[in-house]
Amino acid sequence: MKKLAQLPLHQKARVLGISESELKPKLLEMGLYPGKEVEVLFKAPFGDPIAVDISGYTLSMRLSEANLIEVE
Amino acid sequence: MKKIALFGNPNTGKSSLFNRLTGLRQHVGNFPGVTVDKHSGFLNISGKEIELIDFPGTYSIYPRSKDEEVVYNVISNPKDANFPEKAIVVLDSTNLERNLLLFTQIYDMGFNTALVLNMTDVASRNGFEIHISALLEAFPDAKIIRTNARIGTGLSELKAWMAEESVPRETRQQTLKAKNDLEGQIADTNTRFDHIKKIVSQAVSKKPTEANFSSKLDKWLVHPVLGYLIFLVLLLVIFQTVFTLASYPMDWIDLGTSSLASWLGTIMPEGVFTSLIVDGVIPGIGGVLIFIPQIALLFFMLAILEETGYMARVVFITDKLMRPFGLNGKSVVPLLSSAACAIPGIMATRTISSWQERLTTILVAPLISCSARLPVYTLLIALVIPSKIVLGFLNLQGLVLFALYLLGIISALLVAWVIKQFFKKKELSVFLLEMPAYKTPRWGNVGIEVFEKVKIFVFDAGKIILAISIILWALASFGPGNDMEHYAGKIQAPKVQTEEAMADYESQVASVKLEHSYMGHMGKFIEPVIKPLGYDWKMGISLLTSFAAREVFVGSLATIYSVHEVDDDPKQLIDKLKAQKRDDGTPTYTLASGLSLLVFYVFAMQCMATLAVVKRETKSWKWPIIQVGYMGVLAYLGAYITFILFS
Repeated sequence: MKKLAQLPLHQKARVLGISESELKPKLLEMGLYPGKEVEVLFKAPFGDPIAVDISGYTLSMRLSEANLIEVE
Repeated sequence: MKKIALFGNPNTGKSSLFNRLTGLRQHVGNFPGVTVDKHSGFLNISGKEIELIDFPGTYSIYPRSKDEEVVYNVISNPKDANFPEKAIVVLDSTNLERNLLLFTQIYDMGFNTALVLNMTDVASRNGFEIHISALLEAFPDAKIIRTNARIGTGLSELKAWMAEESVPRETRQQTLKAKNDLEGQIADTNTRFDHIKKIVSQAVSKKPTEANFSSKLDKWLVHPVLGYLIFLVLLLVIFQTVFTLASYPMDWIDLGTSSLASWLGTIMPEGVFTSLIVDGVIPGIGGVLIFIPQIALLFFMLAILEETGYMARVVFITDKLMRPFGLNGKSVVPLLSSAACAIPGIMATRTISSWQERLTTILVAPLISCSARLPVYTLLIALVIPSKIVLGFLNLQGLVLFALYLLGIISALLVAWVIKQFFKKKELSVFLLEMPAYKTPRWGNVGIEVFEKVKIFVFDAGKIILAISIILWALASFGPGNDMEHYAGKIQAPKVQTEEAMADYESQVASVKLEHSYMGHMGKFIEPVIKPLGYDWKMGISLLTSFAAREVFVGSLATIYSVHEVDDDPKQLIDKLKAQKRDDGTPTYTLASGLSLLVFYVFAMQCMATLAVVKRETKSWKWPIIQVGYMGVLAYLGAYITFILFS
């Protein structure tokens, strides 16, 4: 299973789902529902956090958070 | 009074709209049980008084942090004092899909709801076209208004709707899931997005546009090397501005209050009441006002960084560095601001959504050496550190000053790490931060931000500062029995009353009076406790009085050693201090006792204004008391170890 945290820069992918965690409802409410198109735009120095385009806006998240998001 | 609630996602221009609608008729109060402030604004629309409540920006009505709970608490309880009659939901027109989630949640509960399409200018620039008819079809009971809060379009239409009588709608509290029913909330959100996707496909069409300005700028501003460099340069500019520009109004306030006090002293009859006004109340008010230039300037610049969208980038590039210490990227600006003054620094922690991370930042912020420590540092360094060159080019005095600042920063991070270990149940540390597009600041918002921060400080923290000032005045002005007058009377007035001789005489009287006041007795009383640190009771008195503010230490020493005109030339005081001998004939101010005092001032919470602000921000006396306690212990141990090492 591929995670958003492993997605290379500027490669588009689709959200499959979010792993069970306390953050699941929050991530969903930020628009990361299944089928949503995402793309990693740029990374902070040291590669963490990352800025992700969530078709419509840019969301920055830690790698630990991006690791909860399954993509294809 | 009619209550209308203002909801919306963060970064939708909700606050701009709130400012546009209410101007300066704003009031900051409390929501019961939470630390988040309640921002209300008052409008009078065709004779009707309306209270507009600006709720914190959230992505959903379900709380994901402690501060967000207030939205759920209010709308889930029709009996709540803040339960609104109508609701305005502000949406970012460039991102309707995500914004509509919150809107549908509120709309479905049966509120009279206005759907405010804000930032329409940005949307059309980015090629979005929004068809109101499709939105009206989906939400027939909603009032749909296009606004541009920047220039004020659509406001009169919104105001007219606010003043209208509410239309009866069926209230449907049952659409609300329980606060802890996460599964239910997830299922509900998924259903809503399925529905919203269909609406958006009807309501929004987008023409392709070129890569925008923001993404080009981000290549530089989050660059691994340039990103930090640009941030450091910006910080330097901010600090330089705060230091240099703030010092002028601060001097005027200082001069103004002391002139007012001495003028009142000459026209009012001598007595306790006059002394209360002249030595207690006016310096107390001066002690509040003196912080305004720093607070105003710092928030002016921080508001610009926030408004332009740069602040989100600072948080982005510093987050990783702060995480090991239980802090996050949002702690960086408050902590760095504390190098100018901990008060605006602590007030700037509002943006930290995690309560544990915010509290940690507040608790360690005063460890960062602020500008008020500088007079103490420079006096003591000049006193005990020789001015010589070490390692070929470094001045030893400058090196010690640098080491003191470094000690403050390192201890702040270490204490933050220790505090992190204390939290038993770790609050979820969420980063998830929207990166807003870069924009030019809205000056109205910047102005209101500065005004609000100054107002909160003066009216909320100011009361506490004034009260403590009066207590300190009373302790220094009264003594047991008539000791003060008795001992002061023993000093002979000069026979030839030259100006110089009179000034000498007056400073001797002031010195003796302070020695025999309650404060003087307290200084002597604590002498056994501070003796291991290398201090005598005279330093004890100065430590106690400088609880008002650190720089008071210098003035107190001057009073005790009956040195006048210390402001213009500290040399006289330094010479006098150098000449002080202990009972055994050794000098009082040695390298060991001087360094010990310096370390004490790095750690000790010697600032009642900071205390008052921590009380204001945490809404409890618990945290300021803990803070005074732990910083006091650090100061004592640090000073003790330093004294032992260097004696």
